[in-house]
Amino acid sequence: MSAIQRISTGRRIKDRVVQGLVYLAFALAVVPLISVLWLVIQNGLARFDLEFLTHSMRGIGARDAGGGAYHAIIGTLEQVLLASVIAVPIGVLTAIYLVEYGTGGRLSRTISFFVDVMTGVPSIVAGLFIFAFWILFLGIPFSGFAGALALSILMMPTVVRSAEEMLRLVPNDLREASYALGVPKWRTILKVVLPTALTGIITGVMLAIARVAGETAPLLLTVFFTDSINNDPFNGPQMGLPLYVFDQAARPNDTAIDRAWAGALTLILIVMLLNLVARLIAWWRSPSRAR
Amino acid sequence: MTTPVRTRGGGPATRRAASRRSSGEGPFRFASTGAGVVLLGVMAAIAVFLISEAIPALQANKGNFFTELIWEPNGSQVFGIAALAFGTVLSSALALVIATPIAVGVALFISHYAPRRLAGPLGYLVDLLAAVPSVIYGLWGLVFLVPFLKTPSVWLNEHLGWFPLFGGEGVIGGKTMLAGAIVLAIMILPIIAAISREVFLQAPKINEEAALALGATRWEMIRMAVLPFGRPGVISAAMLGLGRAMGETIAVALIFPATFDLSFQILTPHANSIAANIANGFGEATPIGRGALIASGLVLFVITLLVNMGARMVIARRKEYARAAA
Repeated sequence: MSAIQRISTGRRIKDRVVQGLVYLAFALAVVPLISVLWLVIQNGLARFDLEFLTHSMRGIGARDAGGGAYHAIIGTLEQVLLASVIAVPIGVLTAIYLVEYGTGGRLSRTISFFVDVMTGVPSIVAGLFIFAFWILFLGIPFSGFAGALALSILMMPTVVRSAEEMLRLVPNDLREASYALGVPKWRTILKVVLPTALTGIITGVMLAIARVAGETAPLLLTVFFTDSINNDPFNGPQMGLPLYVFDQAARPNDTAIDRAWAGALTLILIVMLLNLVARLIAWWRSPSRAR
Repeated sequence: MTTPVRTRGGGPATRRAASRRSSGEGPFRFASTGAGVVLLGVMAAIAVFLISEAIPALQANKGNFFTELIWEPNGSQVFGIAALAFGTVLSSALALVIATPIAVGVALFISHYAPRRLAGPLGYLVDLLAAVPSVIYGLWGLVFLVPFLKTPSVWLNEHLGWFPLFGGEGVIGGKTMLAGAIVLAIMILPIIAAISREVFLQAPKINEEAALALGATRWEMIRMAVLPFGRPGVISAAMLGLGRAMGETIAVALIFPATFDLSFQILTPHANSIAANIANGFGEATPIGRGALIASGLVLFVITLLVNMGARMVIARRKEYARAAA
């Protein structure tokens, strides 16, 4: 008998069983991802052609073949751009306040807590709020801009959190060196802290954009539906790509389902591209990569 | 930075110096504080406007808003949240029951089982699940999962029909509560897995090594050193997942058959939720109907707010989790 007692069979079996379960759990988590991506690519390619990308649904009946998502793509791009224009400055400024100015005060703790809570606001509630405030209370009709407002509410907390994390990573030495040279605090933030954290902030912003680009529920209540091209996000109903997929998927015939899959493929390409670019920027500037 | 230093340009030293030399300090500070206050204002405004637009519809309601099962604000003006709230709670509870064990397994896999080099990319793969837009999960559920579940549903109903959840007569399978709950589970899995992973990674290394040195197997080490440390984190992660499942709209709007009753039979086509009802009913709603939907949205907002605040408080109490909360 050796000096060290061998592990009993029962304990060894239990260890192995748990290991098997853990591997199984991971496999179970990846199966839906592969299944979703596979079906979207396989079914989406049937209608993913030039006509789909350059035509709208104007004059196309429910059962007709053809038609496209050009109006929806335009709508999504404009709405997401407008949402970013609103949410990014507010988000980044809030992060600056949390990191640089309100260190540990009651206001900053309150804001920090509610930013966390805000990440949990359901997207449909954000849409309902803009509907209740913008469309019912102020009496402004449905428009792409109303959708952008709803999306910006969903973007803000994500932008704040990622920007805050990046600003905290900026070494204090940099700030102090700047102060020692007589640079005022606000110029230190603008000229030293923000440029240092910029790539990280851009990554966070792009991930936030990717998240809201796929949101359907808030658009449903704020931009309404249209089958025609509307390039003006401030006037009249627009379409959004996720809304287009939802609209087509709810129609019970095959040509519409094909259009829904092609729309889903377009949407997933946009979202995944944004994700990939964001991760690449993060990887390119990561400190572990020797430069 | 605590000792006041005399600097020519102002720096953080004294307020007076700063305001004299640099006119930008005041406005910049004001802007960043203002942005934070705007965020608080948006949260308050959500509550205020949902309440104010819901009141007229609630006053026109001829039934009891909290106990009525029927939802007919457009016609007879009798509507109640009971059936919808029941559906929301049941579907997200089921999703949580399905997702949590798998998510904890995934988190353990990434943090303690996977080879060090692969852990990062594999974790990213799970995060990608969160990047898929919810409407695509809805489409996938409608076209693939619903037909796919037909056979297992019939089997469960035949053999385990005595169990209340699997009981029921007539049409088995199709657009059921179970299909919706599985889609919800897939959607909340990445968030639970991501937070649990961060928490497990922060378990004190010294305890893990001590357990291994005493001859514990890997599972015994995890049970003694990792899980007790991570338990509050996993609980709050599950609560965040619950909040997300409750608010999830489009995927379940496509899958749920929009019925208004209380049924525990998850294999029969009886399912609805507050969020799905808003998405499905919004298009043809009258002004009273829209007010009623806003009232139901207010209920949803309050429920998710409470769940999220609870989760955040659990995380905030433990300093070690600070990094995982993001």
